[in-house]
Amino acid sequence: MKYFKILWNGILKENPTFVLLLGMCPTLGTTSSAINGMSMGLATMAVLIFSNLIISCIKQLIPDMVRIPSYIVVIASLVTALQMIMQAYTPEMYATLGLFIPLIVVNCIILGRAEAFAAKNGPIESLFDGIGIGLGFTIALTLLGGIRELLGTGKLFGVELYSENYGMLLFVLAPGAFIALGYLIAVVKKVAKI
Amino acid sequence: MAYLLIFFSAIFVNNIVFSQFLGICPFLGVSKKVDTALGMSAAVAFVLTIATIVTYLIQILLVKYELVYLQTIAFILVIAALVQMVEIILKKVSPALYQALGVFLPLITTNCAILGVAILVAQGTYNAQGMEPNLLTGVVYAVSTALGFGLALTIFAAIREQLAMMDIPKGMQGMPIALVVAGLLAMAFMGFSGVDNGLAKVFGL
Amino acid sequence: MKKLPSTLPNMLIVLTLISVIAAGALAYVNKITTGPIAENKARVLAEGINSVLGVTDAQVQETTTVQDANGNDVILYATDKGMAVQAIDPNAFGGNLKVLVGFSDGGTIKGYTVLEHAETPGLGAKANFWFQKGEKGDIIGKNPGEKELIVSKDGGDVDAITASTITSRAFLRAVNVAFHAYAGASATADVETGATPQNKN
Repeated sequence: MKYFKILWNGILKENPTFVLLLGMCPTLGTTSSAINGMSMGLATMAVLIFSNLIISCIKQLIPDMVRIPSYIVVIASLVTALQMIMQAYTPEMYATLGLFIPLIVVNCIILGRAEAFAAKNGPIESLFDGIGIGLGFTIALTLLGGIRELLGTGKLFGVELYSENYGMLLFVLAPGAFIALGYLIAVVKKVAKI
Repeated sequence: MAYLLIFFSAIFVNNIVFSQFLGICPFLGVSKKVDTALGMSAAVAFVLTIATIVTYLIQILLVKYELVYLQTIAFILVIAALVQMVEIILKKVSPALYQALGVFLPLITTNCAILGVAILVAQGTYNAQGMEPNLLTGVVYAVSTALGFGLALTIFAAIREQLAMMDIPKGMQGMPIALVVAGLLAMAFMGFSGVDNGLAKVFGL
Repeated sequence: MKKLPSTLPNMLIVLTLISVIAAGALAYVNKITTGPIAENKARVLAEGINSVLGVTDAQVQETTTVQDANGNDVILYATDKGMAVQAIDPNAFGGNLKVLVGFSDGGTIKGYTVLEHAETPGLGAKANFWFQKGEKGDIIGKNPGEKELIVSKDGGDVDAITASTITSRAFLRAVNVAFHAYAGASATADVETGATPQNKN
């Protein structure tokens, strides 16, 4: 029950995108389609789960003053490992997400959770927090990507729902990312009553 | 002349915030007041320029010893150390500005614009307008990008200052309306697209 | 268990230890992924070459790199099924536009693919199918040696992508560059072998 609560907390109450407003660069930069958003979310989730787990395990060994640099080294190694693995086994996805993969290092969500949760809680709780926040981020990115893809190109996950000729190209482009996210946050706030 | 082209293109045509989606966190976070926005831009410009030079040199070493896979770690540590340095200097030189930037100064470390530009310059994958990507074009690109970030941040902060006095529907207050404004700004910046090609013709490149 | 105090030796030891472990782990991951990454790159290239030549089993026999008039690298892949040429145009809408073009003997375009671009998604990015066979800007089967490929707006006979003339111009420039590199290479090859150029297809 406790773990379920941590999960739910990450998905809705402390949703990194809609509530905490963290990690905005990949949120806007990689959501030109639902599948891109989802892959970015999953990649970030993988790093988040492992970084939370590792940091909560080694937190006792790290002197307070070098806390942040140590966390950053752990996160950067995980990201680099992910980068190489993606390059090796999912090269198409790697090519699409491009620069945003190494930039997971500086995603405030990951360092933020390390500092705010993993540094204070045990490994199991931290693991669930990683999954919860990661899911929240993935859902948010998929949702935003889906909306932009549907409005912009008339497709959803690559399946054509209506002709591309009626699509509003604006939503695939940069301005549409900002506008769609703005309205999405307003709607989520209203629905979730946060 | 091509340097001028890199300059214009990085500020207006490929603005780091509006078309590359880098540095959005400080863009949304430190844009409530023009004063803090200006301070933040200056800090970012300083760190970005130095970080680009240092990481460029580190990249040469990494390539030489075939350790390119350590790139991300090496770069982020250099940037973190630089930020620490700027923080110490600011504390001594301008306590007022230090107070104003407060929590956001350490956050420059996690400003993806800095790591992003450092990686782009080190790999030579930025738009050097047909010139050889080297340290000089890289630095020109970094400085122009920082100026572009400053411009975006300052304009946005000025609009949000005005916006604070407006009557906005309850659901849209705060971040939603700010994001819509950012979207409109991004649309305005799209008007610059293609201008770099025109300029290239004017300059006879 | 109590937290380690922040004394200088403690901090140094911990940071060094973490860095060493991290570097070691990464070196290991790097070792096991180098192979697959290289394979992928080779596979993507082979797939690209096969698709532009319209075959499934082209074997690259020789790779040469030459420079075009602007000093950009043009890579020629000579295969047993024809020649594929990779060329770049630096002045597309969003910067570089990299194409791979397959030529049959004599310089007729067999196929092409856009390898890399930074064009506006949804507009300029259409280049990857706009100029394919049966599409509006079809360039397959044309020979840039007989008539330079130019968009109709500039007096040529290739229809530009709607609302993306700059991308279209850059794309055709790259294809023309690829052709000239191909023509240059086959001319020297003909001198060496003493053969005369002929259209087999």
